[in-house]
Amino acid sequence: MSILRSVVGIGGARDSAASVSRRDAWARRLPLLPAFIYVFLVTQIPFVLTIYYSFFSWNLLKPGSFRFSGLDNYLLLVTDESVRIAIWNTVLLTVSVIAISVILGMAVAMLLNSEIFGKGILRTLMIAPFLIMPTAGALIWKHTLLNPLYGLLPYVLGPLGLGRVDWVGQFPMVTVVIVEVWRWTPFMMLIILAGLQSQNPEVLEAARVDGANAFQSFRRITLPLARPFIELGALLGSLFVVQTYDSIYMLTYGGPGEDTTNIPFLLYKVAFQGYSIGQASAIGVVAVIFTIIIATFALRTLFTIFQVEARR
Amino acid sequence: MRATEGPLRSKVLWSVVGWLVVLVFFFPVLWMWLESLKTEPQAASSPPTIFFVPTLSTFQEVLSGDFPPFFINSAIASIISTFLVLVLGLPAAYALAIRPVKRTQDFLFFFISTRFLPFAASLVPLYLLARDLQLLDNILALILIYTTINLPLGVWLLRSFLLEIPNDLFEAARVDGASFRHEILNIVVPLIAPGLAATSLICLIFSWNEFFYAVNFTSSVAATTPIFLVGFISGRGLFYAKLAAAATVSSLPVLLAGWIAQKQLIRGLTMGAVK
Repeated sequence: MSILRSVVGIGGARDSAASVSRRDAWARRLPLLPAFIYVFLVTQIPFVLTIYYSFFSWNLLKPGSFRFSGLDNYLLLVTDESVRIAIWNTVLLTVSVIAISVILGMAVAMLLNSEIFGKGILRTLMIAPFLIMPTAGALIWKHTLLNPLYGLLPYVLGPLGLGRVDWVGQFPMVTVVIVEVWRWTPFMMLIILAGLQSQNPEVLEAARVDGANAFQSFRRITLPLARPFIELGALLGSLFVVQTYDSIYMLTYGGPGEDTTNIPFLLYKVAFQGYSIGQASAIGVVAVIFTIIIATFALRTLFTIFQVEARR
Repeated sequence: MRATEGPLRSKVLWSVVGWLVVLVFFFPVLWMWLESLKTEPQAASSPPTIFFVPTLSTFQEVLSGDFPPFFINSAIASIISTFLVLVLGLPAAYALAIRPVKRTQDFLFFFISTRFLPFAASLVPLYLLARDLQLLDNILALILIYTTINLPLGVWLLRSFLLEIPNDLFEAARVDGASFRHEILNIVVPLIAPGLAATSLICLIFSWNEFFYAVNFTSSVAATTPIFLVGFISGRGLFYAKLAAAATVSSLPVLLAGWIAQKQLIRGLTMGAVK
């Protein structure tokens, strides 16, 4: 019945780790070390270097331009308008994509959890958008679905007066949100569906017998049960969506102007078009701080789920 | 009579709703396939061509052109990095599950936190390092980076599978005096073969679709499949069918892997938390 397992904490430790001798402790640690050292070297040392570079002014194209500049890069972040725009775009994109895809994902999960024909096939078809290569998906949307001349959508929406809409040009952020929602709804659906399937159908049946209507049983039974799964999906999803780069690169290239430039794309522009290593590093540090804030909530939720499960 | 009719009617109704909603989501994929089977004039016609005689000529054109090297690079980067994840990850998962080290939780926390460290955190130094080591446009750089991206996930997932093995099996082996290597190869690997397969598939999905490092660390020699698609960004000329065919072939491995591993997909995406 329980579909969550206590991966962390209780149930994890099989021997009492405190009672083992020193030699044994090293024998135990040894298998862990290669992976630990590898991940440490490739993620932590570069991050320390990023912090270090963020205090220097350095243009890769100008040899000898490497010099200490104190907090200049950070001051520039505060005063530079494109940074503010990028932060706003990141928040706007992440919040709207997660909110919409959670709602749609919940709806689809409930459909797939009800008594309907062909559930297995529907689930299989539904996860396809998540599996399609993001760069490929973005281009298919841009060229074959949304193109104002040859695209299918303007043609279909023609009778509604939306026939000649240049989606990518006129509504760039809406376009990016649509494509990302298309991609992330299946992800939310999968996680929420797993939550719904752990529900005992007899409880709903009992509520129905007791005279609860559909809305009441949704609010009082289904939603509370699905909540931890919704939170988990939303938080894991945000950690990915905050980093959106593929579809922006393919759909709008951050434009027009800076209308769809988010933090990762700004970083790309500063590092690989401006070659400002110090400035890019400062953006990197800020991005990490943002991510740590979200990740803290994500991990707390993850651990809460494990603990709730462990208590059962 | 009514009691049986009512549920059936509502079942049919909800089935129709369900199919419509799911088909809306699946439609872009279907449309990609349809476009790939058209000729270029058919693919870029207004109004869109709905009825046509399917042809595989565009696939032939793509596969006989400059596409295959990109595909092969993707395969090399994905397969080797996945192999490295298993080789490094399985012993680590063992140390965190079967005979847990002290501070197991801290290690788990460390691994997972690196998975969520944005690429912004290490991009610049890694780029400079790759440049200095002559690893730019070298598939080795992508292999090492993809191993880093997937290793935390691999450790968590493999551990979640290892925890399912009954402890008695290991104790019996230890009583018999089995070495660590023996224990891993003769007990662990056969028992968690499904877990190894699931972990591999998840790693393959992430590394196959990876774009950020691929586009910034490679240019021609080591460029992977998503980079081939970059050539289709600007919209000049008749290229929709070719784009659709290239997108279809590029997406095929992950689509198939994901469909085959459907049951494990959710487990992989939630680090083993949701089964």
